[in-house]
Amino acid sequence: MKLRIQNGRVIDPSQDLDAVTDLFIDNEKVAAIGEAPDGFENAEIIDATGKWVLPGLVDLAVALREPGQTQKGNIATEGRAAVSGGVTTLVCPPDTNPIVDTSSVAALIQDKADEAGMANVFPIGALTKGLAGEQLSNMMALTDAGCVAVSNHRYPVVNTKVLSRALEYAATHDLLVVFHPDEESLSEGGCAHEGLMSTMHGLAGIPEEAETIALMRDLLLVEKTGVRAHFARLSCAKSVEMLADAKASGLDVTADVAVHNLLLTDQILSRFDGQYHVLPPLRGDEDRLTLIEGIKAGVITAICSDHQPHEKMAKIAPFAATEPGMANVEVLLPLAMELMDEGDLDLSTLLSCLTCGPANCFGLEAGSLSVGSFADLIIFDSTARWQWTHHNRKTKGHNSPYFGTTLTGQVIATFISGQQVYRLA
Amino acid sequence: MMRSEPRALQLNEHGQLKHFLTLDGLDKTILTEILDRADSFLSMGEQSVKKVPLLRGKTVVNLFFENSTRTRTTFELAAKRLSADVINLNIETSATSKGESLLDTLKNLEAMQSDMFIVRHSDSGAAHFIAEHCTPNVAIINAGDGRHAHPTQAMLDMLTIRRHKGRFDGLKVAIVGDILHSRVARSQLQALTTLGVEEVRLVGPKTLVPKFFEEMGATICHDLEAGLKDVDVIVMLRLQKERMKGALLPSEGEFYRLYGLTEETLAWAKPDAIVMHPGPINRGVEISSEVADGAHSVILNQVTNGIAVRMAVLSMAMSGQLQRDSGEDEK
Repeated sequence: MKLRIQNGRVIDPSQDLDAVTDLFIDNEKVAAIGEAPDGFENAEIIDATGKWVLPGLVDLAVALREPGQTQKGNIATEGRAAVSGGVTTLVCPPDTNPIVDTSSVAALIQDKADEAGMANVFPIGALTKGLAGEQLSNMMALTDAGCVAVSNHRYPVVNTKVLSRALEYAATHDLLVVFHPDEESLSEGGCAHEGLMSTMHGLAGIPEEAETIALMRDLLLVEKTGVRAHFARLSCAKSVEMLADAKASGLDVTADVAVHNLLLTDQILSRFDGQYHVLPPLRGDEDRLTLIEGIKAGVITAICSDHQPHEKMAKIAPFAATEPGMANVEVLLPLAMELMDEGDLDLSTLLSCLTCGPANCFGLEAGSLSVGSFADLIIFDSTARWQWTHHNRKTKGHNSPYFGTTLTGQVIATFISGQQVYRLA
Repeated sequence: MMRSEPRALQLNEHGQLKHFLTLDGLDKTILTEILDRADSFLSMGEQSVKKVPLLRGKTVVNLFFENSTRTRTTFELAAKRLSADVINLNIETSATSKGESLLDTLKNLEAMQSDMFIVRHSDSGAAHFIAEHCTPNVAIINAGDGRHAHPTQAMLDMLTIRRHKGRFDGLKVAIVGDILHSRVARSQLQALTTLGVEEVRLVGPKTLVPKFFEEMGATICHDLEAGLKDVDVIVMLRLQKERMKGALLPSEGEFYRLYGLTEETLAWAKPDAIVMHPGPINRGVEISSEVADGAHSVILNQVTNGIAVRMAVLSMAMSGQLQRDSGEDEK
């Protein structure tokens, strides 16, 4: 099957491309950009005049909730939500039930994802059995079953010797380890950034040291073991500085941030609205601005949705009693685009953090439209104004503070390996 | 869907109270109105017939998710003196299904056509949550939510101060003890700042007095002598025994030695200083018996004033609810 997507503004940071041109797809892959190769005379044509043609987004944090928590979401619903938001490749965390600590769970997730035919799904395997922080998981079996990294997710490995050995073992096999730096003894029981707002509103605080102390320990162990490391969901200014220093001293580590930590601060807590209850918490404005600076400086190279769908009741409670997380995968791109105004980020850097940036963090073959790549792409109307609501949402999740808000920019169509998997009705 | 700000949530379109959730966002005029009205109810309490018909025919539900004898009793008495029908519900909550049972409970009580909920709950923001999820014509009165606010306690303290000192401007007030966990201290700080006292000092060790309170307009003192020097009002807070477990303090004995109010330490304050305590008192932990029962103590006046302040708040919120209704009818 041959396809010509014509006259769109093709923006692909992986090859420094930003031009109004034609994109040619042969079978599953990008065949050419610009001039038509031979054999495209009778190709199907999609007119993208006035629209953007982008690599499909790569989201490093999409909880699918399956197996085990299908009241919140499942692989089919969250996969559909992802592609409707232009996410063609997603990485899902190991905190399912059962946990992704056996190859059968990893295989189940991928089989279901294939069956759903939506986004490309790459699970993260558990670093320790049951995420309990005690015994090493069968990391190689998990890797062979398709896991792209191992992580203990937000569950702490309290015993530093266990962590050190887990990293040594992962390094032996050149596995990528994903860290969620969090010193549990400091964050336990907290639900908001420790600062004026949490103090004023009597909400138990999570100090920045909960993140930075764990980050420092993790960095020292990464340096010692030489393991490939990615730091997930940074929230503090200080973390960006620590990571920049580590990189400057030669440590080859990557990092991501959740889009809401770039857009929102703890000022919003005055509403006591559980929709803003996330972990790590929304922090101060200096933290937010430093995270954006971290993106500009290349310390942080991925922006993710940190998609965590919940059933309605999970958020209907006083703030601290609500379950943390937002379900924003289908509006990741319009939310991220707000950073161009809010944070003075240029389009190329921004799109890089949503495509080739995250793909490179995890070594995924995704996030690029270079010739020969899989034709995972989206057609995007960058000026469309639309309202995201409980009624038109695709996620099963009921939890986002952005329901009812008017967003700018909308995905028109999504293609995976040259096949259209989503088209805006 | 953006949630409304607390300020907007508790006032009707005429700027009158329709709920009473927090002192945050309430101006001096409203706080003074509460005190004035409470004053008039106080004189009524001295008469032989203590009832007024302001809440006649209204159903008030005391909804206590946390135990409290004193606060619940004074609210009950306040509502009864306003001629309301009062139901007391003490609801034990399991930690796991708190949210769900809370909402279910509310729906049930709504269905019984209650007019007012007086709520105490262990989660900060619980009263806001209930105000947002109830039918709009039920008035919600916050009787203490987590560490966040205890606005009627703060207002009865303000009444006590005004009745003894006759003013707020120029006063120096010290609040001593476990500020971190205290909803009373937070609401007092807001009330005192709004009513225009000269200085509010928060006194205690760093573990119990976070630095962020400075940004809320308080002066922080870690030394009791500096904290009490020349103050007009001393508020001692109750020290919960659990605080020793969280490594916040070494022992009750050491706390008493450093921050306890005794006849000796009281001497640092002005000679006519008054001593308050929201109760219940831990004698020999934060305050000595001599001081608690002494000439400076106004602790029992606080209780009496509590009924009057609660009558004032209940009647104002109910009238704010009715005003709101008639306002809507006009449209």
